[in-house]
Amino acid sequence: MRRTPLYDNHVTAGAKLVEFAGWEMPVEYPAGVRAEHMAVRERCGIFDVSHMGEIEVSGGTAADPALRAVCPSGQACQLLQRLLSNDVSEIPVGGAQYSVLCNEQGGVLDDLFTYQVEPDRYLTVTNASNHESDLAWFRSHAGGFDVELNDRVGDYAMLAVQGPLAREIVQAISDAPLPARMTAASRRLAGAQVLVCGTGYTGEDGVELLADPAHAPALWDELVHRGAVPCGLAARDTLRLEACFHLYGNDLSLDRNPIEAGLGWCCREDTDFIGAGPIRSARTTGPPEKLVAFKLDGPGIARQGNPIVGGGVVTSGTLSPCLNAGIGMAYVPAERAGVGTVLEIDVRGKIRSATVMRKPLYRKDG
Amino acid sequence: MAEVSYPDDLLYHPEHDWARIDPVDTDVATLGITWFAQDALGEVVFFEPPAPGTLVTKDEPYAEVESVKAVSDVVAPLSGEIVEVNEALADSPDSINDDPYGEGWLVRVRLSDPSERDALLDADAYSATLGC
Repeated sequence: MRRTPLYDNHVTAGAKLVEFAGWEMPVEYPAGVRAEHMAVRERCGIFDVSHMGEIEVSGGTAADPALRAVCPSGQACQLLQRLLSNDVSEIPVGGAQYSVLCNEQGGVLDDLFTYQVEPDRYLTVTNASNHESDLAWFRSHAGGFDVELNDRVGDYAMLAVQGPLAREIVQAISDAPLPARMTAASRRLAGAQVLVCGTGYTGEDGVELLADPAHAPALWDELVHRGAVPCGLAARDTLRLEACFHLYGNDLSLDRNPIEAGLGWCCREDTDFIGAGPIRSARTTGPPEKLVAFKLDGPGIARQGNPIVGGGVVTSGTLSPCLNAGIGMAYVPAERAGVGTVLEIDVRGKIRSATVMRKPLYRKDG
Repeated sequence: MAEVSYPDDLLYHPEHDWARIDPVDTDVATLGITWFAQDALGEVVFFEPPAPGTLVTKDEPYAEVESVKAVSDVVAPLSGEIVEVNEALADSPDSINDDPYGEGWLVRVRLSDPSERDALLDADAYSATLGC
């Protein structure tokens, strides 16, 4: 099992460690998932997400006029435009963008954030469980492009600092103002150069930090010392589910296209990315099933795999610490995906009633 | 969360359940889960007890406890009929973490075969199964 550069920090803090996608990761600290969750909602939490991978693609001047038409900047942009569902040419230098990576059938291989960190140099953050296959996919399609493609997973520790006080806490050790939401910039934090990204996976404001692994343990300790509460994967999951962010392997898979997953907003079929054809068809005809968010009407917790009476399946389920109710996401027949529809979920043999809710289930400031 | 303990006055099932024989009516036992079980589960957020009158069978699951992360079956250490359930756990399931042998009790059972208790472990033998 692989360990992140912050492994010793977690052990010292008394974290409960579990295997996740081949990594030994903290699932919770002694305070417990509920306290960690509320720390992020009300103050500031810090997560070790160094298990996530990074793929760097760089390369300038584009030759092929046909490719220039869809992506005027450079070769790196053109390769990513072919691979990623969103319009990569819209990412400014220092900008960030969410997209999905699809196969020819429009099935989802991964969901990713991509940053243009410098002109013609892009960093794409992958899910740990998909990193190796993503890398192989990138490489297998890079043939016609004059790009440099590098696996950077070993070169970065990744820390997510999230919550209403997150920016204040990170700003206090930064040499310059932090980048705004959905942008990224290099900053000196506590004496070391860090790529600061205005992104996250909790529904709160905050930043994600890509740091030198050698510097990461001291950076973590400094931020904890300043009030960031260590949070594990369990709280990361309850937070993202309240915010209705997809988790690959649960809510996204090869068998689902981005339209039924509610990710049509990050698909730009006009850029002719791999999978654009089937996705265009799905958008035109409308998918037979849609991913909805639900809240249980009574007690109980629905879990991944629980079937829905009359068709459909729960893909993520947990107890929401903020709503104090069972929540989740499920694929249901499109005609039953409307907000307010009552679903009957078979929770291990017991039928529990749930209502389709607006996404997100939790919204900052009410 | 409670400190690790395995009280001497309880009987233990290797699936991490305990039984406390009622000192007055020895055909009745209170059942719960051990410190080890609640620690492995993490913070308990939901427990729905079976209805009084339900029959439970030694070594078979009779209820579920849920943490944020996982669902875990609760195995009956003894057979019998449920005569009382801990209604307070509906509002405060975390009592199972805070006080697994006290406020965190799950159900009371009228035993159908009191001799089954001979197959259960004492605190030392149970602790030994945990390697401590």
